Amino acid sequence: MARGNEFTDGFLTTRLDEVVAWGQKNSLWPMPFGTACCAIEFMGVVSSHFDISRFGAELVRFSPRQADLMMVMGTITYKMAPILKRVWEQMSPPKWCIAMGACASSGGFYDNYSTLQGIDEIIPVDVYIPGCPPRPEQVLHAVLRLQDKITGKDRPKYDRVIPILPAREVRNS
Amino acid sequence: MQQLLDQLKQQFGDAVIETSSFRGDDTAVIKVSHLIDVCRYLQESCSMNFLMDVCGVDYPERKDRFEVVYHMYSQSTRKRIRLKVRVTEADPHVPTVIGIWKSANWFEREAFDLFGIIFDGHPYLRRLLTYEGFEGHALRKDYPVNKRQQIPTPISLLD
Repeated sequence: MARGNEFTDGFLTTRLDEVVAWGQKNSLWPMPFGTACCAIEFMGVVSSHFDISRFGAELVRFSPRQADLMMVMGTITYKMAPILKRVWEQMSPPKWCIAMGACASSGGFYDNYSTLQGIDEIIPVDVYIPGCPPRPEQVLHAVLRLQDKITGKDRPKYDRVIPILPAREVRNS
Repeated sequence: MQQLLDQLKQQFGDAVIETSSFRGDDTAVIKVSHLIDVCRYLQESCSMNFLMDVCGVDYPERKDRFEVVYHMYSQSTRKRIRLKVRVTEADPHVPTVIGIWKSANWFEREAFDLFGIIFDGHPYLRRLLTYEGFEGHALRKDYPVNKRQQIPTPISLLD
């Protein structure tokens, strides 16, 4: 039996963190934090017509301890904010976050005393999806962008600490 | 339909400050001191068995700044009536009607939370919609539109 070419046929070389990132990006386990109508749209993304499992992110976990992708879908009020932060802290690293829709990204049109003006006031966000609610294609696009980010050079910094904002006045538009 | 308002006026006389009836919406403004009596009368004698809503209203230009509005419905006669009481900012006390309709519990907590109206005798008058540590009452007309309070930190899950 001829020998000598084991190292050219059937081997490929890579770096460990790259192959780990490749695995992570193709098996994102989302934790849906749905508080409003965007969560209904998410059901469409998961279901067979749009089928998020084509991108490996179909295994929806309702426990933060089993998930590595937090999807915040809906309006987050000040009263909900500490709960969201606690759930985020319960997820083990590495973890990523998608803010789905206008409310989660910026507060949407709820510019008032009760609504957080975007969840990035309390937790780090990797991908923002505009729309009210976004189309399912936009959610799939966000998952693809996150996959690029996981394997790319700017790996998300999930351990970034967000300082707590003090009471303040905002510009009255 | 006017009948119910007449009945109230007859029964309570001066305690009924004014009444109005617009397109079938019967409204009576009554004195705070007689609120419990009027409510008990409506519930027991007029079969108003369903308290649909209690809410606060802020009229900054009035001497009696706050109004508390009660909506009742009778499931047997299918009639509705609206009661209003007026209180001042300095003394925003209204007796609770939980003893008559249990559903008043959360309605009154909501009115306390957003307007600062104090319901005397309420067993658990705590904020309902905003959180512990929220300063002020958000639906008062003089609450600043552009004020943002400190984001609360996680609280103990046990009450």
